Amino acid sequence: MKKNRKKILRKRKPNRSIGGDIGIYILLILFGAFFALPLVYSICTAFKPLDEIYIFPPKFYVKNPTMDNFADLFNIMGQSFVPFSRYIFNSVFMTAAGTLGNVIFCSMGAYVLSKYQFPGNKAFFAMVQTALMFSVYVTQIPNYLIMTKLGWIDTYLSIIVPAFATPMGLFLMKQFMEGIPDALIEAAKIDGAKEGRIFVRIVMPMVKPAWLTLIIFSVIAIWNNRAATFIYSEELKTLPYALQQLILGGVSRAGVGAAVTLFMMIVPITIFLMCEGNVIETMASSGIKD
Amino acid sequence: MSSVMAKYMTIQKRKFKHGWKVAKQSRICYLFLLPYALLFTLFTVAPVCMSIYYSFTYYNVLEPARFIGLTNYINLILADDVFLISVKNTFLLAAITGPIGYIMSFLFAWFINELPRLLRAIMVLIFYAPTISGQVYMVWALLFSGDSYGYVNAWLMQFGIIDEPVLWLTDVKYMMGVIIIVVLWMSLGNGFLSFVAGLQGIDESQFEAGYVDGIKNRWQELWYITLPNMKPMLLFGAVMAITQSFGVADVTMVLCGFPSTDYAAETVVSHLIDYGQYRFDMGYASAIATVLFVVMILCNKAVHALLRKVGT
Repeated sequence: MKKNRKKILRKRKPNRSIGGDIGIYILLILFGAFFALPLVYSICTAFKPLDEIYIFPPKFYVKNPTMDNFADLFNIMGQSFVPFSRYIFNSVFMTAAGTLGNVIFCSMGAYVLSKYQFPGNKAFFAMVQTALMFSVYVTQIPNYLIMTKLGWIDTYLSIIVPAFATPMGLFLMKQFMEGIPDALIEAAKIDGAKEGRIFVRIVMPMVKPAWLTLIIFSVIAIWNNRAATFIYSEELKTLPYALQQLILGGVSRAGVGAAVTLFMMIVPITIFLMCEGNVIETMASSGIKD
Repeated sequence: MSSVMAKYMTIQKRKFKHGWKVAKQSRICYLFLLPYALLFTLFTVAPVCMSIYYSFTYYNVLEPARFIGLTNYINLILADDVFLISVKNTFLLAAITGPIGYIMSFLFAWFINELPRLLRAIMVLIFYAPTISGQVYMVWALLFSGDSYGYVNAWLMQFGIIDEPVLWLTDVKYMMGVIIIVVLWMSLGNGFLSFVAGLQGIDESQFEAGYVDGIKNRWQELWYITLPNMKPMLLFGAVMAITQSFGVADVTMVLCGFPSTDYAAETVVSHLIDYGQYRFDMGYASAIATVLFVVMILCNKAVHALLRKVGT
C-alpha cells in the first residue's frame, strides 16, 4: 500500500497541487455525468420492453432489460426488399473509400502548404479557411447541378469524391504539420530524400494524432450521411437511410427506433476507440521537436 | 532613351524568368496540392460562387434564375421581421455558446490530459459522444417535454420547485435557455478532439525544462508552455467554434418545432432553410447565407487578432 502511494506520488508532475487535482476530478465527474446522460438514456431505452418505453411516470433506467427490440429490428431487416447486407456494404464501402481519400488528399495538400513557400500558397489556404464559413444548406442545389453535369447522380462517386477534399480536413492537417521543425525536412533533403519519401516516411508518422483524428471526423460524417439527395436506386442506398425508413412505422416501432439509434453508433464508436486509443498512445514516441 | 527602355526590358525579363524559375522549382508543390485543389474548386468553391450569384437573382429551382440585383438584400433588411428575430437569436447563441464552448473544449481537453491513459480514453469518449451519435440530441426533447411526462418537469415537481409542468420548448420565455444548454452540451466537438490530439504532441522535455526554470503551478505552465505550443490547434478550434455557434439550426428545429412559437427560436440558418427548402426561394436563401458568410468572416478575423496575444 505504502509502496503504491509512493509510486503514484513519483508519477505526479512536480508542480501540481493535490487540491487542484481533486478539483479536476470532481469537475470531470460532474460534467461527465451531464454529458453522458442522453447517451445512457438511449442505451437504456434500446433495452426497454415496449410497455416500459410508454410507462408513466417515465423511468430513466431500464427495469427488465430485453433484447426484443434488437430481435424485432433484425426481423424487419430480414424482410427487406433489398437484403440489408447490401445497405451495410454501401455504407461501409463509401465510408472507407471516402475516408481514405480524404486523409491522403488533405495531408498531401497540407504538407506543401505548411512546409513550402510558393506563389499562391497563402491565398489558397485563406480560401480553404473561408470556405468553412459558408452554409452548406444553400450549396446543395449548385452541388446537385454539378453532379448532374458530371453524370454522377445515383452513383457511389457522388458521395465518395466530394468527401475527399473537405476544407476542415486540410485545415486540421496543416495546423498540425506546422509543428514539424523545418530542420528535419532539410536534413532529410540533404540525405537525398525526395519530397514523396519525406512525406510518407517523416511527415506522416509525425502527425499521426492528426490523421487519426481526421479519420474520426471523416467516418462520422460519411457514416451518418443519408445520401438521400444524390442516390435514388434502392440497392445503392445507405444504412442510415434504410434504417430511418424502418422506424417510420409509428408507435409500435418506438422500441425498434431506440435499437436503431444504438445500432448506428456501433461503427463510429468502434472507429473512435481504435483511433483515439492510438492518439493517446503516440505521446511517448513523438519526441522529435525543436 | 532606347538604352533605358532596353534596361527596363531586361529587368522585366529577369523578373519574369525569376518568377518562372520559382514556379518551376515549386512544381512538386503544385503537384502535391493538385488533387485537393481540383476537387475543392469543383465541390466547394464553385457551389459557393454559384450561391453568391443566386443571391442576386430570383431562383425558384424550377425555372432558370432571373437577375434582380439587390432586391433580395433590400427585402432582407427592410421587409423581413422574422430575419431580425433570427439575427438576434443567432448573435445571442454565438456570443454565449461560441466562447463558452470554445473555452470548455480546451479546459476539458487539458484536464483530461492529466488523467491516467485508460481513463483518458473513456473520458474523451463521454465528452465527444454527443457529436459521434449525430442524432442523440433528440433525447433532450423527451427530457424537456412540456407535460409532466418530461423528466425535467417530473423531477422539479417531485422536489416541489414548480407546481405545474413548464412548457420548456414551446414557451417563448424558456426556449432559448434550453437551446443554449443543448448547444453547449454538443459543443465539445471537432475542436475539442483536435485539442486532445494537440496536447499529446507537446514535447515532454519542455515541461521538464519548465520545472527547472521555476514554473510553480499548472496555470503558469498552461500560459507559458502549453498554450504557445497549442496555437495552431487553438486557431482550428476557434474556427470550428465559430462555424458551430453561428450554424445552429437542427437543434432548434427538432426541439422547438419548425417554425417555433412566434419564431422565437428561429436562427439565421433555420430561416435560410425555411426559404431554401420549403418556400423554394433559393435566391433569398442565398442572400441570407451570403450575409451570414460575411459576418462569420469578420468574426473570424477578430478572433485571429485575439489569439495572436496568447502566451505573450
